[in-house]
Amino acid sequence: MALHPRVAAAPAGTPTNISQGSKTKGGIGESTLRPDGTLKVTGEFAYSSDMWHEDMLWGHTLRSTVAHAEIKSIDIGEAVAMPGVYAVLTYDDLPTEVKNYGLEIQDTPVLAHGRVRHHGEPVALVAADHPETARRAAAKIKIEYVELPVITDEASATAPGAILIHEGRDDHHIGHVPHPNIVHRQPIIRGDADEAAGRADVIVKGEYTFGMQDQAFLGPESGLAVPSEDGGVELYVATQWLHSDLRQIAPVLGLPEDKVRMTLSGVGGAFGGREDLSMQIHACLLALRTGKPVKIVYNRFESFFGHVHRHPAKLYYEHGATKDGKLTHMKCRIVLDGGAYASASPAVVGNAASLSVGPYVIDDVDIEALALYSNNPPCGAMRGFGAVQACFAYEAQMDKVAAKLGIDPVEFRQLNAMEQGALLPTGQTVDSPAPVAELLRRVKARPLPPEQQWLAAGEEADVRALPGGLSNTTHGEGVVRGVGYAVGIKNVGFSEGFDDYSTARVRMEVVGGEPVATVHTAMAEVGQGGVTVHAQIARTELGVTQVTIQPADTQVGSAGSTSASRQTYVTGGAVKHTCENVREKVLEIGRRKFGSYHPAWATAELLLEGGKVVTDGGEVLADLVDVLEDEAVDLELEWRHRPTEAFDLHTGQGNGHVQYSFAAHRAVVEVDTELGLVKVIELACAQDVGKALNPLSVVGQIQGGTTQGLGVAVMEEIIIDPKTAKVRNPSFTDYLIPTILDTPTIPVDVLELADDHAPYGLRGVGEAPTLSSTPAVLAAIRNATGLELNRTPVRPEHLTGT
Amino acid sequence: MRVNFTVNGRQQEADDVWEGESLLYVLRERMGLPGSKNACEQGECGSCTVRLDGVLVCSCLVAAGQVEGREVVTVEGLADYAKQRAEHGGCATGACGTTLDQAKQWEARPSDGRTGEQSELSPIQQAFIDAGAVQCGFCTPGLLVAADELLERNAEPSDADIREALSGNLCRCTGYEKILDAVRLAAARQEEAV
Repeated sequence: MALHPRVAAAPAGTPTNISQGSKTKGGIGESTLRPDGTLKVTGEFAYSSDMWHEDMLWGHTLRSTVAHAEIKSIDIGEAVAMPGVYAVLTYDDLPTEVKNYGLEIQDTPVLAHGRVRHHGEPVALVAADHPETARRAAAKIKIEYVELPVITDEASATAPGAILIHEGRDDHHIGHVPHPNIVHRQPIIRGDADEAAGRADVIVKGEYTFGMQDQAFLGPESGLAVPSEDGGVELYVATQWLHSDLRQIAPVLGLPEDKVRMTLSGVGGAFGGREDLSMQIHACLLALRTGKPVKIVYNRFESFFGHVHRHPAKLYYEHGATKDGKLTHMKCRIVLDGGAYASASPAVVGNAASLSVGPYVIDDVDIEALALYSNNPPCGAMRGFGAVQACFAYEAQMDKVAAKLGIDPVEFRQLNAMEQGALLPTGQTVDSPAPVAELLRRVKARPLPPEQQWLAAGEEADVRALPGGLSNTTHGEGVVRGVGYAVGIKNVGFSEGFDDYSTARVRMEVVGGEPVATVHTAMAEVGQGGVTVHAQIARTELGVTQVTIQPADTQVGSAGSTSASRQTYVTGGAVKHTCENVREKVLEIGRRKFGSYHPAWATAELLLEGGKVVTDGGEVLADLVDVLEDEAVDLELEWRHRPTEAFDLHTGQGNGHVQYSFAAHRAVVEVDTELGLVKVIELACAQDVGKALNPLSVVGQIQGGTTQGLGVAVMEEIIIDPKTAKVRNPSFTDYLIPTILDTPTIPVDVLELADDHAPYGLRGVGEAPTLSSTPAVLAAIRNATGLELNRTPVRPEHLTGT
Repeated sequence: MRVNFTVNGRQQEADDVWEGESLLYVLRERMGLPGSKNACEQGECGSCTVRLDGVLVCSCLVAAGQVEGREVVTVEGLADYAKQRAEHGGCATGACGTTLDQAKQWEARPSDGRTGEQSELSPIQQAFIDAGAVQCGFCTPGLLVAADELLERNAEPSDADIREALSGNLCRCTGYEKILDAVRLAAARQEEAV
């Protein structure tokens, strides 16, 4: 029927095999350009929604229109009868006894059975020959719901007689939670907070609310499942961790893992929102049922229901300090709303608890963090992962305590800033540089942007530079400026004893008369630039200019997740480690062939540089081309960072984290106090990255993370109706993310204080800037308006009191 | 229905198009041109931006039938489009579409999409790569089409001009700073080239 210029037996948009030319040396520390950049600017890069296959069907998901209900009946008769419909599947069609999945707790139904627990939960699937046919068929499925009361907050979750979101829980957290509607609870007790409070000259309490943020990656959840001849399935999909998906998909399909072959297709951003499964199992089920390739692409509306969000939170804090500005103690209680299914909530709880003090030295603490089950949309991983909510609250507290003591807020923070050697509330020593005071000093030392920039000498106000912009809502009257500061601490890598390893395969051989390295990992490139860095590492370690990065798939061992700021550390570490071993093998070949010609082969430290074997003194011993000839060295190795420990369930003590990253922000805002409109003028950041493997990418990550923090400060929130637990704004019309007009200049100051435990001394970069930018913007708005503002995002009505 | 139109200088016809299908769907799913992206499909994010007879549009909001007999330029044709504009002394009139004669001379460029080694890019495409304005890249095609149009009518845009022109294009990765850098860089290079 359709005109398809693409004639293809295999998926036309199979993922991208990237090769980089030899124009640049391109080792670590250089701002090497992205190898996928050309494809991305020409529109040829194959994202998961671009996949296409001859004879392909379109899948569609029917979702619950209510948040909490029993399903009395599902009638698919009319849908099945529609021309062009190939399959309609419900819970009854699931092929095995495994009907749930989940990152840690398998509590998420592939398709709802008996009960729906949140608005937008998948109930049925359709495959048809046109996406519109699939949508129309889904609309003809009749579902009879009997609505149940909704649980939407801590009070309703733990009220006497509250309905249990998950009856008969048997996960490993149930034994230590105070109520079955609490997913996980982590206390941390160190010192004696009550006793220390007695020494305080001032005590400040605060109650804070953090709204539900969405990752709002631009590339919608999508992918293509192709049934294979051996009864298995090939899945081309955008994800953050192929092997984690595979582990959850295969049991539901009743297939061994080697019959579910997964390949990463182009990922249009992730930010944590692709850690959980979305359409993966659904597409595979439809493909296996119909025997045809099935593509599923969510639209934006559906995307808001298709992934977990950032946990909204209530945070209750108490800090004490002495007159000379030293913090005495901290007590806090952090209540995260995990929504209907567990997702990453347990780990988010651990992070929120262990990082709740922030980058400050406080010996006496009493901390509790927990995550609820509710009928709100499920929440899980998002950039900053539990540390973001805490940072918003403790930084507001720092300003309040400083104000009460009459001390400059930056000076107060610096007085209490942790340094290398400090203890976290978990008792863990921070054993790498912790330049907290220095980062604050740097953002403070930066000259402030000129005031009233909307006024050029002698001319009318340029409204584009004012709050409200081209809406022409003010010409400067009622506009006040404020400046605010914040700093944060984020852990890097997976914590609490998780076996956080990665695998890399590296091959070295001569191709076309030139030594070439091929790097194969299962790392998900989600935009962060891992593919660039892997090539840089291979060049540095193997002395070649030609490096090919193979598409990520499950033909190679797990790389772990592209999250927790960990991929450059862990998969980068795996590439480095494997390259080092390949180098040794290459040198062995060299010694075998040429060792008798020069004593340095046996005695000197040898390197690979510029396509040659050289001594550490720079003497050239051989060309790699001559060493390798027609031999190839090919190794696949795993690599681990230092092990971590679980936190004690009662005291929270334990060496739970691997590494920390620190960022500080200074925000300058202008607020139209009449209409409650905020314009952020500048959002300066200073961050320690340990070692910038690719400075251009590092700065891009910091600016991007800063902007997501800005978003949640002033506009981003998924709004849930408290009576029905329904999502009110699942669209880009109503869920606002910052545009280029909302985003200020973001000057970035990068420190490189090496962490001696990490490859090249690097630190994970991606998340820390998301922590501190939100409280910095809030502090600046408070500074401008004098309002207390204990909630984020700040909306106009909060500023105008309307 | 059948729709006849020109895409990147090439005459195309699409059969069996549903009345409700968008230009975006036809480009992506029927023409095999997935460069225009499907991030929101409601005209909010700009990732599907193309030029329709020279004018910027969100192709998700254009019904396929509306393009009958008209000319569309997508990101896939941007390099050629910019090249032809440069060869013909730019376009300040707004009637910048490829002429019929030009269209007949248009040839598919031999390019190897797997290696990234291919023919030259337009100045704005190159600048996006050089400035680090591409991260996940999903917003990039729409931004490129919009930025190219900006530079066509305003060779020396101020930052405020750039922000205004690109305010309909959402990006979630970059924080926009490097996108500003890229547009400034392309403008500067354009200046040098004149």
